[in-house]
Amino acid sequence: MSSKLTHLKELESESIYVLREVAAQFEKPVLLFSGGKDSIVMAYLAYKAFYPAAIPFPFLHIDTGHNFEETIAYRDELIKKLGVKLIVGSVQESIDNGRVVEETGVNASRNKLQTVTLLDALAEHKFDAALGGARRDEEKARAKERFFSHRDEFGQWDPKNQRPELWNIFNGRKQLGEHFRIFPLSNWTEMDIWQYILQENIELPSLYYTHEREVFERDGIWLAYYPFMQLKPDEVIMRKRIRCRTIGDITCTGVTISEAHSLEDIINEIAASRVTERGGRSDDKRSEAAMEDRKKAGYF
Amino acid sequence: MNGYLDMELLRFTTAGSVDDGKSTLIGRLLYDSKSIFEDQLEAVKTASERLGNEEINLALLTDGLRAEREQGITIDVAYRYFATPKRKFIIADTPGHIEYTRNMVTGASTADAAIILVDARNGIIEQTKRHSYVASLLQIDNVILAVNKMDLVGFSEDIFNEIKSEYTLIAKKLNLKNVHYIPISARDGDNVVNRSENTPWYKGETLLCLLETLPVKDGIDKLPVRFPVQYVIRPQSDKFHDYRAYAGRLASGRIKTGDKVTILPSFTESTVKAIDEADKPLNEAFAPQSVAIRLNDNVDISRGDMIVKSDNLPSLDANISLMVCWLNHRPLSIGAKYIIRRTIFLFARHPFLFEH
Repeated sequence: MSSKLTHLKELESESIYVLREVAAQFEKPVLLFSGGKDSIVMAYLAYKAFYPAAIPFPFLHIDTGHNFEETIAYRDELIKKLGVKLIVGSVQESIDNGRVVEETGVNASRNKLQTVTLLDALAEHKFDAALGGARRDEEKARAKERFFSHRDEFGQWDPKNQRPELWNIFNGRKQLGEHFRIFPLSNWTEMDIWQYILQENIELPSLYYTHEREVFERDGIWLAYYPFMQLKPDEVIMRKRIRCRTIGDITCTGVTISEAHSLEDIINEIAASRVTERGGRSDDKRSEAAMEDRKKAGYF
Repeated sequence: MNGYLDMELLRFTTAGSVDDGKSTLIGRLLYDSKSIFEDQLEAVKTASERLGNEEINLALLTDGLRAEREQGITIDVAYRYFATPKRKFIIADTPGHIEYTRNMVTGASTADAAIILVDARNGIIEQTKRHSYVASLLQIDNVILAVNKMDLVGFSEDIFNEIKSEYTLIAKKLNLKNVHYIPISARDGDNVVNRSENTPWYKGETLLCLLETLPVKDGIDKLPVRFPVQYVIRPQSDKFHDYRAYAGRLASGRIKTGDKVTILPSFTESTVKAIDEADKPLNEAFAPQSVAIRLNDNVDISRGDMIVKSDNLPSLDANISLMVCWLNHRPLSIGAKYIIRRTIFLFARHPFLFEH
């Protein structure tokens, strides 16, 4: 009788292999932690990959200053539990230092500004590999990424000239000053992530479950209301029961009207959903190639 | 229906010449299995209109780069995901242009199955042979020859059989195993997800049904144990002071606690004390699992070494002859020095070790 791994076990084995390969091939890797479910799963897999040793790299959080407070509380709790070092790159500081200029107007978002803060932090700490939780099923430019994705000395991605990546042979060779972005979750889908969270009973920020919150509607997307957000004249603040399907910067993360209060509820909701999780991300809707353009410049 | 935790994963690749309907086929599979979401379809509709296409251009679902959409070609492999109640699938949609072969090989290298598309009007062409050769070189377990655009040849059984018998000879010459032939129309969906009424003479499975039942990585756990050491886990803590484990992913075989093992290239011997999957000890592990192995003896083992079972050693030699596939634009120059990345072919039938 021949044995087979389940799809979750196979994906887990693949990701753990990639995480260990990063620890072995690079001198100074860092794990990019956003507080979203994908980076939480990545952190959990890193814990598994090196257990009982500590995770051999620090975490880097790029803080736009517009994060849900639940995200920050969860982050600090997790860092304590894992015993890893946390580095915070602050977009507010980048603004104060004149490295970037804050967007203005009703659609102003700090999402794009994060790239500069991220690249500055990578350069300052001389990180040569940055682990990201991006998945190929999220978005069409991300569908093109390698596991080991080369970045030149300006942090740029050249999608027209990617390296061959055969079998499980990952090539992390580079020139001084260049770095790699590594995506251990490349082959996971949104559904895989939720099934895995259920299977492994991973704790999540409360934002992912239904709760009441002040929201308003813009271009068909529900956004959480915070005082720093500018409303258009016809936009009205309402109280609704919602949950986050993805977590990012408050200004560009759409929320879902939902009563899902357990992982099983969430899985059923996603299985029945007719839009993708990034359907509510206004940062992707700025133009057709918004993600590719941001990634070329050095975005996550 | 999407919610089962214990499904199998099948990775497949699609190959074919530029206008053989590769992207249309993928679009059809995704569409008929209800894996395209409304916002994706909306975005593709808008982009199709902007590019002046009369119908929705499903190729825009996978051609995600600006340069690809401008030129209407696929430059790099795009990965797409879908599931049926029976299996989860990863599609590697690979470029057909010869100059992007390195990207095609990247996508095909991890595939359990390759769908090679042929235009029924043109039959087997140079590119069909080239892609079949790559499939043979990568030892892809299953090849599906999908004869597309059957609607344009009146669903002719003769034309299908002609192509089939011509390809049978090629498959034999290339030593391809498990070759399947299906007459389809990707545009109209004949024999893709639903059985076609236009081909009553075809008694085989639909494409999706075949993908749901093809064998996946059958028997790699029955091959000899090959465990390349990737990383040594040594906690710097009092609690795990004496812990030392060799982490890696089993390339083939099945290993149990108590097994006698040999470490290569030093030929040191020991026995397996424990197999750890994080904080969970296992009695045995099999390919392609990622685990950490502890041994009963304190031996010198580092990254790049290989742990094998003592009763089935690979042959070791200072000289090897092998075929090199050159993917760089600059030609190989004899006498120059090159670095070989030394590791294991995870899904190859006969794993072997590269030496510097």
